[in-house]
Amino acid sequence: MATLQTRATARLMMSPAVILLFLWMIVPLVMTLYFSFLRYNLLMPGTEEFIGFLNYQYFLTDPAFFTALGNTLMLVGGTLLITVIGGILLAIVLDQPFWGQGIVRLLVIAPFFVMPTVSALVWKNMLMHPVNGLFAWIARSFGFQPIDWFAQLPLFSIILIVAWQWLPFATLILLTALQSLDGEQIEAAEMDGAGALSRFFYLVLPHMSRAITVVILIQTIFLLSVFAEILVTTNGGPGLQTTNITYLIYAQALLQFDVGGASAGGIVAVILANIVAFFLIRLIGKNLER
Amino acid sequence: MARSVTTQRKLTFTILGWAIGLLIFFPILWTFLTSFKTEGTAVATPPQFLFFDWTLENYHEVQSRSDYMKHVTNSVVISVGSTLIGLALAIPAAWAMAFSPTKRTKDVLMWMLSTKMMPPVGVLVPLYLIFRDWGLLDTRLGLVAVLTLINLPIIVWMLYTYFKEIPGEILEAARMDGASLMKEIVYVLTPMAVPGIASTMLLNIILAWNEAFWTLNLTAANAAPLTAFIASYSSPEGLFWAKLSAASTMAIAPILVMGWFSQKQLVRGLTFGAVK
Repeated sequence: MATLQTRATARLMMSPAVILLFLWMIVPLVMTLYFSFLRYNLLMPGTEEFIGFLNYQYFLTDPAFFTALGNTLMLVGGTLLITVIGGILLAIVLDQPFWGQGIVRLLVIAPFFVMPTVSALVWKNMLMHPVNGLFAWIARSFGFQPIDWFAQLPLFSIILIVAWQWLPFATLILLTALQSLDGEQIEAAEMDGAGALSRFFYLVLPHMSRAITVVILIQTIFLLSVFAEILVTTNGGPGLQTTNITYLIYAQALLQFDVGGASAGGIVAVILANIVAFFLIRLIGKNLER
Repeated sequence: MARSVTTQRKLTFTILGWAIGLLIFFPILWTFLTSFKTEGTAVATPPQFLFFDWTLENYHEVQSRSDYMKHVTNSVVISVGSTLIGLALAIPAAWAMAFSPTKRTKDVLMWMLSTKMMPPVGVLVPLYLIFRDWGLLDTRLGLVAVLTLINLPIIVWMLYTYFKEIPGEILEAARMDGASLMKEIVYVLTPMAVPGIASTMLLNIILAWNEAFWTLNLTAANAAPLTAFIASYSSPEGLFWAKLSAASTMAIAPILVMGWFSQKQLVRGLTFGAVK
């Protein structure tokens, strides 16, 4: 039914969004790519020159890069582990009928709506402070030595904060998947004498596998770019212990003004994110066809 | 035949569910409570849970810092502004994709989504330089532009999935009855599309309100929204927990309420329709 005229109208209606997004994607990326081949430091204007892959060589052989890459993997992996396992368990509990279910659901998803700077500062100070924090008080009441979270376990502290922020997201999506599970199937398994554990591993988990994949992929994309939580708690320290790739590039760009080096790092970050994005796009694309 | 739920089982899950819910919510509750304490009570050991002298002093103090309202205004302008502009760009695009799809519609959608996956730090340098050269650093205009663009793919996607659900037969019926394109849009489509547009708007205001990469990197004193204002408490002088709590409570309360209203749309918006 699409006549030539409506097709032209449709194209016209789409063009503003498409053109703007195209520019937004291509212009800065090309600039980053261009800068990454230059010696270019904002503190030394006038010394810009083409240096080929030297920036990449410096960035990729810098020990700080490997530390940051390791931290990034720990941060992403640790957060995923906590949120996916926690999310599955929470979704199962929230799927049971109980009194006040709706209110509990609201309580559980609340952390997702707290801005990153607030959650990081509240956790760092009021909960994790080694002297006056609530965790220290709890540890002392049980006769333990309080943990100095950000001195002894800086990266783990950040993982805890980030996991608290993302647990609601995982829970909500896994709960949505769980609710579409056929109750009669479970009942049939129950009548055949399947225990709770085998029902979980042979029915519930396979049913949720797709949702789990989505949670892992989407969270990975966002977790690769964790920034505010690190900036307001540790500034990447002590040393480089909480510096992830994002923070490393930020420091190189806006603290050391090394435009060339930071751009090379930016391209590396884009490539890393694209590897994950590739799988996510395929998964969503398949869904669109159905 | 539904499974009969025994009272005992229900009771067990009620206790378990509430315990977990309160545990997860606790940091927010604790912030809320601390905001009504004096700075001395806020750091007291053992901690005071409910029986302290409640005071509104912190709220007065945070508000009276003359620039506080400016940050609130910035947050509102940036989040609402970027969402409205995003909607203005996205509604026609999503409309066209949903109602006159071509072979390439799917590719365009997937491509839009892929722009969302670019790590912000990959374009931090050029954007910073463009902002510096165009005098956009620390301006609300610059932030509105950036946030519009980073959230545009999500807006288009969400609207597309909503518009897709409007049955095509209704359009045909309206056309048979001789409705013009204008009438079709105003009387038939708009009423059916409004709920979808409203929830898209809600979710995107939330996302923009909490955005904390560009807001921290591209603003200083003038255009800083609440995310950046709260970050200034990371290098404090003296006791500040009660004031931090009051400022935080005010910064998150309105968004938390909006979030609770939009919890159903959250799944749709953030998984791009991959989980239903």
